[in-house]
Amino acid sequence: MALAHAHSPTQRRLNRQAAKPGRTIRIRIKRCDGPGKPSRWEHFDVKVERGANVISCLQQIAAHPVTADGKATTPVVWDAICLEEICGACTMLINGRVRQSCSCLIDEYAPNHGDSITLEPMSKFPVVRDLWVDRSRAFEALKRIKAWIPIDGTYHLGPGPREPARPQLTRYTLSTCMTCACCLEACPQYTIEHDESKWDASFIGAHAISQVRLFNSHQTGKQLAPDRLDILTGLGGIASCGNAQNCVKVCPKDIPLTESIGAIGRAATLHALAKWFSGPS
Amino acid sequence: MPQQRVIVVGGGLAGLAATIRIAEADMPVDLFSMVPVKRSHSVCAQGGINACNEVARQQGYSEYQHFDETIYGGDYLADQAPVLEMANWAPRIIDLLDRMGVPFNRTAEGFRDLRLFGGSLFRRTHFSGATTGQQLLYALDEQTRRHESEGKVNKYEFWEFLRPIIHDQRCVGIVAQDMRTMQIRAFRADAVVMATGGCGLIFGKSTNSVICTGGAASRCFQAGAWYANPEMIQVHPTAIPGADKCRLMSESARGEGGRIWVPRKQGDSRDFKDIPASERWYFLEEKFPKYGNLVPRDIASRELFDICVNQRMGIGGENVVYLDLTHRDPDYLTRKLGGIMEIYEKFVGDDPRFTPMKIFPAVHYSMGGLWTGYVHGAYDPPQPHGEHRAGGVVPVSTDSGQGMQPGAPENMMTNIRGLYAFGEVSFAFHGATRLGANALLSCIFDGLFSGASVVNYVRECEPGETPADSLDPATFDAAAQHEQSKHQALLDSADAGDMTDETNPYRIGHDLGVEMTEASTVVKSGPRLEQCLKKLAHLRDRYSRVRLSDAAMWTNQSLSYTRALGDMLILAEAIALGGLKRKESRGSHFRTDFPDRDDPNFLKTTIATYDPQSRSTDISYRDVDTRLVRPRPRTYGKIEAEQQHKTGQPVVAK
Repeated sequence: MALAHAHSPTQRRLNRQAAKPGRTIRIRIKRCDGPGKPSRWEHFDVKVERGANVISCLQQIAAHPVTADGKATTPVVWDAICLEEICGACTMLINGRVRQSCSCLIDEYAPNHGDSITLEPMSKFPVVRDLWVDRSRAFEALKRIKAWIPIDGTYHLGPGPREPARPQLTRYTLSTCMTCACCLEACPQYTIEHDESKWDASFIGAHAISQVRLFNSHQTGKQLAPDRLDILTGLGGIASCGNAQNCVKVCPKDIPLTESIGAIGRAATLHALAKWFSGPS
Repeated sequence: MPQQRVIVVGGGLAGLAATIRIAEADMPVDLFSMVPVKRSHSVCAQGGINACNEVARQQGYSEYQHFDETIYGGDYLADQAPVLEMANWAPRIIDLLDRMGVPFNRTAEGFRDLRLFGGSLFRRTHFSGATTGQQLLYALDEQTRRHESEGKVNKYEFWEFLRPIIHDQRCVGIVAQDMRTMQIRAFRADAVVMATGGCGLIFGKSTNSVICTGGAASRCFQAGAWYANPEMIQVHPTAIPGADKCRLMSESARGEGGRIWVPRKQGDSRDFKDIPASERWYFLEEKFPKYGNLVPRDIASRELFDICVNQRMGIGGENVVYLDLTHRDPDYLTRKLGGIMEIYEKFVGDDPRFTPMKIFPAVHYSMGGLWTGYVHGAYDPPQPHGEHRAGGVVPVSTDSGQGMQPGAPENMMTNIRGLYAFGEVSFAFHGATRLGANALLSCIFDGLFSGASVVNYVRECEPGETPADSLDPATFDAAAQHEQSKHQALLDSADAGDMTDETNPYRIGHDLGVEMTEASTVVKSGPRLEQCLKKLAHLRDRYSRVRLSDAAMWTNQSLSYTRALGDMLILAEAIALGGLKRKESRGSHFRTDFPDRDDPNFLKTTIATYDPQSRSTDISYRDVDTRLVRPRPRTYGKIEAEQQHKTGQPVVAK
C-alpha cells in the first residue's frame, strides 16, 4: 500500500487557495455488490460545491447515480455517521491512502477542473458492499484485552482516583481512539482474515496495544493489567509488531501509537519474565 | 419459567447507560443500534456536562440552583419534578463517570477542572478536552463491552428499528432489520427502551449525524405514542456551515472566552486584523452585559440571525459572524479546546487560534420528543418558590427521590405501557430550550435512574404475569410481515419507470430540509407555517410515488433512507403544526406574530397524536408541572442597545 502522503499539508493549503470554483471533477470508485462478488470501477463526474468533501460528492452521486459515461447505476454504499471526524465510520482509501472521507476536502485533493480522486474500500477488512467494510475484528480485539475499568457497579461510591493534569492529558490522548482502523490498514503485519476463528491468533493491532496502555495506566484499570499483558504476550500479540511505524503516520488523532507499543513492549517483557520466574500458576 | 428480557434501541449515552443499569440488575438486554454503538451520535457532543461541584458550592451554587437555571432556561415548559431529580443526581453521575475512567480535565492539584457554560454565572461544567461526549460515550461503551463479555448484553449492531410491537395495549417487542443482509425479524421483549436521539435530518443540514432522522421516534408516534412539544427545536448559534452538514462549534469556545462580533460598518471588507476594537461590534456583550456571549442558545441564535438576515451586518454581507478566540493564549486553547480547534482547521483550513472562526446558527437538538410520564417524588412545597439566588436557602435536600420516586415503573414510560423513551428522543427535562452541557447529563441520568424503573416494570407489573415469551407467535409474525410488505413495496418501486426529481427520495429529502429550515427554526410566523404545512402535504404526495434507484436485496442504504424519509415527513408535520398552534413565543419557539410568552394559554405541553386511518396529526395540550418554582420573565438581564457604552471590552462573567 502506498503510504507516501499523496498531498503534503503545505500542498493541500496551496491547493485550497488555488481551487477553482464551479469546476467539475472525476471521482473513481471501486465498487463491489457484496461478499464474494467481483469488484469493478465506476467513474462519476461531480460538480464541486463550495466546501465540498468526499461525503458531499457521494451524496450528490446518491441523488443522481449516473456514471461519467451516462450509464444509470445504483447509489454508492458507504459507512458514515458524524461527518466531523470523531466517529471513525467513514474511513476508506483515498488516492490509495487510508483516512476519513468526511475531513477530505475536495479543494485540497482536486483543485482543478478535471482532477480526479480515487476511492476504494479498506483492504484489510471484508467488504460488505462498495466502500463499506466489516471492522468487527477491530472491536473484538477490545473485548479480548478487557478494554474497560472494572468498577464495582453504578451505585454511588464517591469520586474516582485523583489524577494530576499530565497523566490525564496522556490518557485523554490515548482515549481519543475511534477504532477507525487506519493503523490496521497501514500495518504490514495486519492482514485480512475472513475466518473469525483465526482472529485470536492473528496480529491484534496497534489500536488494541495502545488501549492496553490506556487502561493499564488507570489506578483501577491496572487491576486487569496481567490479563491484558497475557493476551499481548501470546500469539498475535506485541511480538508480531514488525516496527514498520506506519500506524502512527496514519492515525487521524495523532495518538502516539509507536510510543504505546514501546511502553507496552517493555511492560510485556517484565510481565513475561515475572511469570517465568514464578513458574506456571 | 420463560426468560424475561429488555430491548434497548439506540446505543448513545442514554441507551448505553440504560443497558448497563438494566444488565447490572441481572436482566438480559438486547441492544439494537444502526451503527457500532461506539460511533453513536453522542460522540459529537463537545463542551461538557453540568453538575454542582464543591468549588461552585462554596461560592453559593447548589443542585437546586442548577435545577432553577434549567427550568428558567427552558422557559418553564419542562415538567419540574424530573429536572429537580436530575440536578440532584448530577454530582453522583460525574463521580460515577470519573470512576469509569473518563479523563476529565484536571487542575494543577489533580481535581476535576470546570468551565463556564451558557445560562449560568458559575463554573459548573465538567469536561474532557472539547470531546466530552466522545469520552463519556467511550466510558459507557467500555462498560457495555464488559457486560457483553459476561453474556448479559447481546448487541445487534447494524440493525434498524422498524416498529414497536404492541399487544394488549403494552409493548412486547420490536421489528428490526439487519442493514447488511436486509433480514426483517420480530424480537420479543418485556419492555422496550427507545434511546434513538434527535431528528436533525428533517432540517437537512444540521449539526446531527446522518443517522439522526427521527425515523424511530416517528415509527413509535405512528404506533400510538404521543409526541410532545415537537415545535421545540434548538438552533445552536455557532456552527460551521458546510456542503454536507453544519459542524458544531461548541459553546465551550465562548465558555473559554470566545467573543462574537461583526464589523460595525456594513460590508466592511478589511481583514479582521485591520479592524480596531472600536470598530468591532460585540453585539451580545452589549445587549446582555450580565451573561455576555453566554446567553442561552435560542437567544444567541436569534441575535445572530437578526444581525445577518435582518440587518445584513454579516461579515462581507454573508450569513456569518466572527467567533473570536485569538486574544487567548494558543497553548491554553489547545489544552482546553483542542478537539474543536482541530475540527475547524480540518474542515475550513484556518487555525482558530490565530484567525477568528466564521460561524452561523444551525439546527442542533430537539427538546421535544416522545412524551414520558413520571411519579412525583417527596418534595411538594405548599406553593412554588420564586427565583433562587446564589447562596440563598435551598428548600429541598439532595437525597434521591425528592423529584421523582426512584424505581417507579412509570418513570420515563411513554403513554404505551412497557415502551420507554430516554435521552433526546424523550421530551423531558429541557422545556423550550436546553442549556448547554445539560444533554449529556439528561441522557445518562435517564439511563441510570429510570433503568431501574424498567427492571421493576418487567418484574412487578404486567410482564411479571404474562411474559412476552409466553405470547402467541401470531402477534409477532404479523408485525414482521407488515414491515416485510412495506419493504417489498419500496423495492418494487425501483422498476416503476424513469426516475425524476419529483419522485427521487434524495430530492424530496433535500426539499424537506430547505422548507423546514426556512419555516420552522429561528423565526416562525403563522402564515409561513401554514405555507409550510401545504408544502409538506405536497412533499408527502411526491413521496407516495417515490422511486428507489437501487433494488438490491443486500445492504441497500437507499431503501433504509427512503423508508425513514416517509417517517420524517410525518414528524415534520407534527413539528410545523405544533409551531402553528402555539400562538406565543417561548424559548426556542419564536413567532413574529406572537412575540410574547403567553402563560395563561400556552404554559402547556403540546401533545401530538397520529391517526393512522386518516394519516393525520392532531394537537392537544396538557398542563405543565409547575409545583416547585413559579414562572418569571426570562430576560437574562437584556438591556437595550442604545443604553450601552461602546467600550469594546469583553464582559467577563465571574
